[in-house]
Amino acid sequence: MKRYSSFAIVREAFRNHSGWKKAWESPIPKKKYDVVIVGAGGHGLATAYYLGKNHGITNVAVLEKGWLGGGNTGRNTTIIRSNYLQDPSAAIYEKSRSLYENLSQDLNYNLMFSPRGVMMLAQTEHEVRGYKRTAMANALQGVPTEYISPEKVKELCPIINISGPRYPVLGALWQARGGTARHDAVAWGYARKCSDMGMHILQQKEVTSIISKNGRIGGVATTGGDILCDKLCIVVAGHSGALAEMGGFRLPLESVALQALVSEPIKPVMDVVVMANTVHGYMSQSDKGEMVIGGGADGYNNYTQRGSFHHIEETVRSLVETFPMISRLKMLRQWGGIVDMTGDRSPIISKTPLENCFINCGWGTGGFKAIPGSGWATAEMVASGEAGPLASPFSLNRFKEGRFIDESVAAGVAH
Amino acid sequence: MSSRIPGHGGLVNSSKPLTFQFNGKELEGFQGDTLASALLANNQLLIGRSFKYHRPRGLVASGAEEPNGLVGLGEANSFEPNARATTTELFDGLVSCSQNHWPSLEFDIGYVNNYLSSLLPAGFYYKTFIHPRPAWKYIFEPIIRKSAGLGKPTKGKDPDKYEHFYAYVDVLIVGGGISGLYSAKVAAKSGARVLLIEQTPHLGGQASIDNPLIDQGSIAKWITELTKELEGMNNVTIKARTVGVGVYDHGYSLAYERLTDHELNLNGSRHRLWKIRAKQIITATGAIERPLSFANNDVPGVMLASAVRNYLTNYGVSIGDRTVVVTNNDDAYRTAISLKNAGLSVPLIIDSRPSGAGELAKTARDLGIRIENGKAISIVHGKDRVKGISLCDQVGSGTVLEEISCDAVAMSGGWSPVVHLWSHCGGKLNWDNELCAFRPDTQLPPTGVNGLACLSVVGSANGDLLIDDILRVTYEVTLRVIKELGLETNEAPLPSTKGIKENSISAVWKMPYGASTKLKSKTWLDFQNDVKVTDVELAAQEGFESVEHAKRYTTLGMATDQGKLSNINGLAILSESLHKDIPSVGTTTFRPPYSPISMGSIAGEARSELFQPIRKTPMHDWHDKHGAKWEPVGHWLRPYCYVQKGESVKQAVFREVTACRNKVGVLDASTLGKIMVRGKDSGKFLDMIYTNMMSNLKLGKCRYGLICSENGFLIDDGVVARIDENSYLCHTTSGGAENIHSMMEEWLQTEWWDFEVYVTNVTEQFSQITVVGENARRVLEKLGCSKICSDSLPFMGWVDEKVFGVDVRVYRISFSGELSFEISVPSNKGLFLWNEILSLEKEFGITPYGTEALHVMRAEKGFIMIGDETDGTVIPQDLGLDWALSKKKNDYIGKRAHQRLYMSNPERWKLVGLESTDGSVIPEGAYAIGLGENEVGQKVTIGRVTSTYYSPTLKKGIALGLVAYGPDRLGETIQFPTLTNSVVEAKIVSPIFYDPDGFKQNV
Ligand SMILES: Cc1cc2nc3c(=O)[nH]c(=O)nc-3n(C[C@H](O)[C@H](O)[C@H](O)COP(=O)(O)OP(=O)(O)OC[C@H]3O[C@@H](n4cnc5c(N)ncnc54)[C@H](O)[C@@H]3O)c2cc1C
Repeated sequence: MKRYSSFAIVREAFRNHSGWKKAWESPIPKKKYDVVIVGAGGHGLATAYYLGKNHGITNVAVLEKGWLGGGNTGRNTTIIRSNYLQDPSAAIYEKSRSLYENLSQDLNYNLMFSPRGVMMLAQTEHEVRGYKRTAMANALQGVPTEYISPEKVKELCPIINISGPRYPVLGALWQARGGTARHDAVAWGYARKCSDMGMHILQQKEVTSIISKNGRIGGVATTGGDILCDKLCIVVAGHSGALAEMGGFRLPLESVALQALVSEPIKPVMDVVVMANTVHGYMSQSDKGEMVIGGGADGYNNYTQRGSFHHIEETVRSLVETFPMISRLKMLRQWGGIVDMTGDRSPIISKTPLENCFINCGWGTGGFKAIPGSGWATAEMVASGEAGPLASPFSLNRFKEGRFIDESVAAGVAH
Repeated sequence: MSSRIPGHGGLVNSSKPLTFQFNGKELEGFQGDTLASALLANNQLLIGRSFKYHRPRGLVASGAEEPNGLVGLGEANSFEPNARATTTELFDGLVSCSQNHWPSLEFDIGYVNNYLSSLLPAGFYYKTFIHPRPAWKYIFEPIIRKSAGLGKPTKGKDPDKYEHFYAYVDVLIVGGGISGLYSAKVAAKSGARVLLIEQTPHLGGQASIDNPLIDQGSIAKWITELTKELEGMNNVTIKARTVGVGVYDHGYSLAYERLTDHELNLNGSRHRLWKIRAKQIITATGAIERPLSFANNDVPGVMLASAVRNYLTNYGVSIGDRTVVVTNNDDAYRTAISLKNAGLSVPLIIDSRPSGAGELAKTARDLGIRIENGKAISIVHGKDRVKGISLCDQVGSGTVLEEISCDAVAMSGGWSPVVHLWSHCGGKLNWDNELCAFRPDTQLPPTGVNGLACLSVVGSANGDLLIDDILRVTYEVTLRVIKELGLETNEAPLPSTKGIKENSISAVWKMPYGASTKLKSKTWLDFQNDVKVTDVELAAQEGFESVEHAKRYTTLGMATDQGKLSNINGLAILSESLHKDIPSVGTTTFRPPYSPISMGSIAGEARSELFQPIRKTPMHDWHDKHGAKWEPVGHWLRPYCYVQKGESVKQAVFREVTACRNKVGVLDASTLGKIMVRGKDSGKFLDMIYTNMMSNLKLGKCRYGLICSENGFLIDDGVVARIDENSYLCHTTSGGAENIHSMMEEWLQTEWWDFEVYVTNVTEQFSQITVVGENARRVLEKLGCSKICSDSLPFMGWVDEKVFGVDVRVYRISFSGELSFEISVPSNKGLFLWNEILSLEKEFGITPYGTEALHVMRAEKGFIMIGDETDGTVIPQDLGLDWALSKKKNDYIGKRAHQRLYMSNPERWKLVGLESTDGSVIPEGAYAIGLGENEVGQKVTIGRVTSTYYSPTLKKGIALGLVAYGPDRLGETIQFPTLTNSVVEAKIVSPIFYDPDGFKQNV
C-alpha cells in the first residue's frame, strides 16, 4: 500500500497524481473464506480490520449490498462521546473513543477526528440530577466528564440562548475529549487497510440467504453467487431483522428512520457539539461550515431511507429556540437512515442460535462513535468464539434474563 | 463590459429606478430587476469567490440553479448569508455584500490556494495532516474551518415572523411555465380545485423569453390571457414566489413562499411554509441548462446561454459586447440570434456537432454570424473577466486553431429536466440517450396511499423540449390525472403551435474530447465547491466508483446549489473514466429541499412563548405574583418554592417544610394526572394495568397503585379512587399523565379491544389543592366540609362535599406523612377555592408550598418518587414494594417480566435510607464504591444515591438510595466518592426517617 503523507502528495503533484493506487481492490470472490462479514458499514469493516490486526485472521470477505459505508455510517451526524451512564456502555464507548484518538495514524488516513468537546444541556431539574449522576458514574468508570454551569455553557458556545423563556439552560454535562470525525473517512480508512491486508471487500453483493447445516453456519447465498465460510458475522444495522430471518432466528429490534439535516455553510460560529435532549435536538458545525442537525427518530417502523418532514420540523423548532441565530440560515439538505433500535437502547454483540454465526447490531441512533470499539470487541468474539469482557454484557441472552443496559435513563436521545 | 441596453427588458420598468448597495457602493437598478441583473447592469460581473481556491467567480445562471452568485443580504439581526442574487428581487434600499474573501472581493489572499491547486486534489485532506497527532485539532482544522464556510454567520434573534399554511386540493401544479399554466387550465375546467405555485414572481417561464408562436399570436399575450382566465376562476389559486421544495411519502408536499423578501419593511410574516395534501400532483418544473466542460469555464463572463438570453430579454442587460456562443445543441443559437438582434456582436458560434444545427443555424447565418461546426473551446483567457478564447477541434487534444477575442462566452451543454420532486418520494428515472438526460420513468412513478401514481410530470421537466410536444403531452397527462379524480373536460382544447425543428444534441462531456490533463485540471464541474474534471477522474482512479463515493470524495454536487448544474456533467465524467455507460453508474439520490429554505420557516410560529406552550393551572398567576420560582414538569410549570423578600431559595424551602410539619401547608396539585376509566370492564382492565388489585376496591375508597412497563420496570404510581360501580379515577404523576393515558389506549386498542372500557384524560378538568398539617381538618371544616372527621373519612377514603356552593371531592391521602386532604374542584373554581383557603391564612398559619418541599417531605417519610428512585431500570421489588404486586391475579403488565432470571437476583440494589456520618448532604447522583475494579478497569460500585436533601425537620442530611444487599446491611457504613476527590461516608438506615409509625397522618 502506498503511504499517504504530505510528501506523497507533493511527489504526486509533479505527475498529475497519476500514481495514486486504488484505495481498495475489487477482487474476484473466492469460493470460501475463514470469516465472512455481511455489511461493509463502519462496524463490519472495523470488525474485519481488528480480526486481521489483533488476531491475524485475514482470509476474510466483507459483503456489501450497495457501496461500502453507504448505510448509516455515511449518513450520521458523527457525534463521538463516551459519557454513558451504565458501566458496560461506558466501557465500550470509551474504548472506542480512545481508539479514535489515534485512528488516523493507525490507518494512515485522516479521519479528521476532532475532539472539540460535547455538551449535553440540562434544561429541567430532572436532567440536572441525571447528568450529575452521570458525571459521578463517569468518574468511577475512568471517563473524564464534568458538570458545568450555564455561564460556562455560554462561554464554550456563545450562540446558545441560555435564558429560555421556555427551558433556560441549568447546566450541562461536558466531555472535553468528545467530538466528531469525518464519517466517510472512517469507512474508507478501514476499507483501505482491510484491502491492504488481503481481505476482500465485495461491493454490490447482497446476501439473499444463509446456508446452514445441522444448526451450523455454512455460508451465504448472494446476488453474485454462493460464498462459503467457517464463521459468519452479521453487521447490517437496520437490516439485521431481515438477515436474522434468513438465519432462522429473531431479534428484539425495530427498524425506524432517523433523520438529519444540514444548513448552508457559514463561517465558524460553533466549536463544540451541543445536544439538547429536553427539546430533542442537537447541532454541531462541520469543517465545511454547515450546521449539522439531528433529532429524534420517526415514530413508526419502516425501511425507506426517507422519513417524514414532521420530525425535521420538530427538530428545527427546538434548535431555533436553542440557537436563535439559525433562524435566518437555510436548510440545504435532509436525509434519513434506518436505525436498529433495541428495547433498552443498547447494542447487541453476540453469538446467535446458529453455531458460528455472530451478530453485531442494535446501535440504533448512536453507533458511529462506537465503530472502533465495537469492531475490536466483535473481532475478539469472532476470533475466539466467545465474547470478551467488553462485549459479553451485550449478548442476546440479556433480553431473556432481563439484564438490560438501559441508557435512555440519562438521555432521551442517544446519538 | 456588462451593461444595460435601452429598449430591452420585458420585466424591468426603466421609469422606476431603485438604489441599492453592494459592498458599500451605491448602485442603481430598476423595478423588476433581480439583484443579479442589477449588478450586471452596473458591470459588476465578479460576485464572489469559490469555496476552495478562492477563484474569482461571476454569475453563471439566472435562476435557482446559480452556484456562484451568493451574497450576504440585509444588516444586523436581519442579515441573511448565502442569498442567491439571481432569485433576490431588487428593492429600494437593498444592502448586499459579497462573501468568502479577505481582505476584499477584488483582492483575496485565499487566491494563493489557486496556485497550490495541484497540491489540493480531490480528497487531499484524507491523505495528509495526519502527523503529528495534535496538529489536526490545533493547527490544520482551525485553518480549514476558517477558510471554509461561505457567508458570514447570522447574529442573535431573528426579528421576523414565519407561518405555516395547510392546503387541501385536488391538483397541485408546481411550476408556472406554459405547461404548468395550461395544465392548470385543463384541470380547472374539469372542476378540480387547483393550486398552482411558481417560484419566481412571474408566470410564463422559459417560453416568454423564446416567444414561439401560439394560436397564431404571441406567447406573451397567450400567457397573459390564460393567467387572467385562471385568476378569474374560484377553484384556482395561484401563488407566485412559492417554490415546491419537497414531496414526501404518499405525496405530502411542501412549498415555501417568500412573502416579504422583495421589499424593505413589508409587514407580516417573512416566509410561509405550505403543507399540501393534493389528490394528484403535476410537476411542470422545467429544465436546467448544463454548462460545458472546457478549460477555464469558470472565468467571470462565461455564462449559460439561456441565462445570457434571459438577462437580455427580460432585464435588458448584456453580459458582454462580444459574446462567443459555444454549444452542442440548437437552443443556444437563439441566444446568438437575440444578441445579434439587439445590436451586440457575436463573433462566432462554436458548435461541437460536425453537422451543426437545423433551422436556427440558417437564421443565424442570415444575420451574418460565423458558425464553426465540429469545433470546441480549448481554453478561455482572462482572470477576473473573459478576454478571449482559443478555438480547437472537438476531436483531438485541443491544439489551438485560432484565438478569438471576446468578453463573454455563452455556453450550452444541453438541458436536464428538473426531476427532483419526482424523485424525492421514489419516482424512478430513465436515461434518454437522444436527449442526453435523465427523464422520469412513467412506468415507475411515486405512489400515493392507494398504491397508485400520485405525481405526474409535464413540460420540459418531462424531457419534452419542443412546444408542440410540451402542450400535447401536458394535455394528455392532465386529462389522465383528472380522470383519476373522476373528472373530465373538453373546454381546454389544445392550442395550435409550430415549434422550430431542431437537430438532436450530441453528448459532449469534455471539450475537446481528448483534453490534456493540463486543460482538464482547469475545467470546472462544480463551480461553488471547486470540483474539476481531474478530481472526478482521480476519484475513479482511486476506486471511488459508485456515484455516491465519487460525490463524497470530490464534494461534487454538495454545494448550496445541490449540483443542479454539475451532477450530470460529473456523472458523465465518472462513467467515462470507468468505461461504463451513464445509466449503469446511476444518479445520486435527490434530497429535499429543492432549494434551501429558511430554518425560521420550518419552525413557523412556534417560537419563544409559543414554543411548546406552557400548561398553566388556574392558580398560575397567583403563584407568579407570590414569588414562585418555577420548575418545568412535563409541559407544566410548577412552583418549586415561593421566595419571600430577603429569603434564599434554600430558606424558602426550609420555611415551607417547617410550616407543613408544624402548622398547615397548601399545595397546588392540579397538575397531577387524572385519568377517568369507565365501563363495565374497568376493574378487569385496571387489574391488568396496575400490579395490585383494583377491581376489589370499595366504593368511596382509594388505593395506591403501581404501573410497570412490559419489561417489569416501575414507570408510574398514584392513587386510584373508586367512584362508582363502573368507574375509577386514576391519579398519575404530573409528568406521566399523557404517557399513561396513551399506554392505556394502546392496550385497549391493540390487545383488549373486547373490553368495554373508556379512558379519558381529565387532568385539566379539575384543580386539586392539597391541605397538609395538623390543622388541615380544621381548615376544611372552616370551609364548610362536614363529612371529614376521622370516622366518616378514614385514611385512603374520599367523600363529596359542598364548599360555598361549589361541588368538591375530598380525598384523604398523604404524601407528606402529615394529616392531609386533597380537594378536587372543577378547574374554573380552582382559583376561587385557593383564595378561600388562603383567606384563612392568618387564622391557621397557612403556608403555600412548592414541589421542593413536597419532595423533601416525602423523602423524610421514605416515599419513593417516580423519576428519582426509579429510572426505567428499577422494579417494585427493588423498592420494597413487593406488597403491591398482587399474588392473586393471573396476570398484569410486567408480571411475566418479573419472572426473568435477573429480576430475582439477590445482588439487585435495594432501597435504603442513607445518613452521612457527619450530617452533611450526600452529593446528588453519588455512587457507593466496593472493592477494586471490574474486568474492564472500572471502579466497582455497590449502590447509589437516588434522592438527597437537607431535612429541615431532622436538621441533617438525609438520602434514599439503592444499595446491594442494602436492607440486610442496616447500620453498616459505605463510601461515596465525590467529584472533588473527597469521600462521604454514610450509614445505611431505614428509609423512613420521620414518624415511622405513621401517627401524624392519622391525627
Ligand atoms: C441520521 C443519523 C444520525 C446519526 N447520528 C449519530 C451520531 O451523531 N453519533 C453516533 O455515534 N451515531 C449516530 N448514528 C448512528 C450510526 O450511524 C450507526 O449506529 C452506525 O453507523 C451503524 O454502523 P453499521 O456499520 O452498523 O451500519 P451501516 O453503516 O448501516 O452498515 C450496514 C451495511 O450493511 C449493508 N447490508 C444490509 N443488508 C445487507 C445484505 N443483505 N447483504 C449485504 N450487505 C447488506 C448495508 O448496505 C450497509 O452498508 C446516526 C444515524 C443516523 C441514521
